[in-house]
Amino acid sequence: MTFNNNEILETIDMLDNQNLDVRTITMALSLFDCICDDPQRTALKVYDKITKKAANLVKVGDTIGRELGAEIVNKRVSVTPIALIGSSGGKFLPIAKAMDKAAAEIGIDFIGGYSALVQKGITPQEKLFLETIPEALASTKKVCSSVNLASTKSGINMDAVKTMGEKIKEAAHLTADNNSIACAKLVVFANGVDDNPFMAGAYTGAPEGDCVINVGVSGPGVVEHALKKMRGADIAAIAETIKKTAFKITRLGQLVAETASARLNCGFGIVDLSLAPTPKIGDSVAKILEEMGLSEIGSHGSTACLAILNDAVKKGGVMASSHVGGLSGAFIPVSEDAKMMEAARRGTLTINKLEAMTSVCSVGLDMIAVAGDTKAAVISAIIADECAIGVINNKTTAVRIIPVEGKKVGDEVSFGGLLGSAPIMPLNAGDPSVFISRGGRVPAPICSNRN
Amino acid sequence: MKAIVSVIGNDKPGIIAKVSACLYNFNVNIEDISQTIMQDNFTMIMFVDLSKSEVGFDKVSAELDKIGKEIGLSIRMQNIAIFQAMHRI
Repeated sequence: MTFNNNEILETIDMLDNQNLDVRTITMALSLFDCICDDPQRTALKVYDKITKKAANLVKVGDTIGRELGAEIVNKRVSVTPIALIGSSGGKFLPIAKAMDKAAAEIGIDFIGGYSALVQKGITPQEKLFLETIPEALASTKKVCSSVNLASTKSGINMDAVKTMGEKIKEAAHLTADNNSIACAKLVVFANGVDDNPFMAGAYTGAPEGDCVINVGVSGPGVVEHALKKMRGADIAAIAETIKKTAFKITRLGQLVAETASARLNCGFGIVDLSLAPTPKIGDSVAKILEEMGLSEIGSHGSTACLAILNDAVKKGGVMASSHVGGLSGAFIPVSEDAKMMEAARRGTLTINKLEAMTSVCSVGLDMIAVAGDTKAAVISAIIADECAIGVINNKTTAVRIIPVEGKKVGDEVSFGGLLGSAPIMPLNAGDPSVFISRGGRVPAPICSNRN
Repeated sequence: MKAIVSVIGNDKPGIIAKVSACLYNFNVNIEDISQTIMQDNFTMIMFVDLSKSEVGFDKVSAELDKIGKEIGLSIRMQNIAIFQAMHRI
């Protein structure tokens, strides 16, 4: 036999007891060939392209999952930023509706790309587009939206930062009867990436090809399990164990990506080396940090532990995949991680500690519920802080924050399913509104003399 | 396709007979077989070849699953590619 029993049983144990799965196969589609000056016709072409190219995505994903005995949890589509696709026609909402209808037709759970890239400037059409985001999210089920507001090359577009604070508030208001759920489908970025397979921030960047498969792996439970056997070991040994485990997890992702792209007759894009938690017990990134030796996530030492984890995941994953991309690293979405929720409830995990942790993890402030009366300017200021961390450190950062209308600090909110539930977290009481009202552009940073 | 059939659970008479009969009925060739007690569990691992079977992976897999439920054991079949990917460079 090619394999010994221990190897076979190790894989089976990871699948059965440690929540190893492939989090998503995401088909990245270019919609440039759908552009025309009639918005309804653009919408029709968008619908046709998605339903034609991704017709078999769910079926192929489920078949591969059955054959490997490894669940492929989500099947998704990401498209070219709609602010680009709809500009010629001047209307964007019909395209959002077409995306939603197409997503329902092919049976995927989310479609990303109702997006704009405005890190340097905004065209009049993009300005109109940003105005439509709250309604687009409130009137669709599966459409996700993202806006890139900053980059290391361009600086931070503070006008757009101000606008997005307001749009997040509007999106919360329009879905007030459903825990402001529209905000869970909206993320803003600094240094957003063209090939991210994860929602809500997936879009297909302009330099991408016509149709490729991007895969997001997961498996925080597998890393936690491996570290349980390392009690008493020093940090170098911990990092080595994480690397080896990440290698195995990523090899599964690579296999799924190669198989899916061959069967769907499209190219293989990237594997995103991510540890993405779910609210399930044993599927928590926070628990890995606790296994490393913290009593609870959010305590002092959390940033260091997360940095070790994030770096080791990348080192292990890079050798396992021929093309690595996306956001690659550990995610820390508060409402989607059982242990993060607990720590936030107890007050160990605060927004300030989370912000510090985002300087070393793969994304940013993710799935954070705050009071419904939070001012737009405060949300914009939180976004500006995250953009600054991303721009200065040449990394992707993001904000997905939900000002839940009608809720105040101490209340709980449940978003359902993988989005989980969370306590309303307190924010700093200071007022940044004069800073946010200034507008303009933060100059791009100097990248020498880095201190 | 080459695949691994794994049977895990409490030992009882007739396991190999039932699984082998099922594979034989579907013209799935057993290339290697090993059994052992691991972590207090009976474990049987078969290396099989489905290339001559006409019914396809899903049908064989579903039938094995059914047998597993009947005799109270976990029986699964997985494409060998997953083990190749995770345990060999």
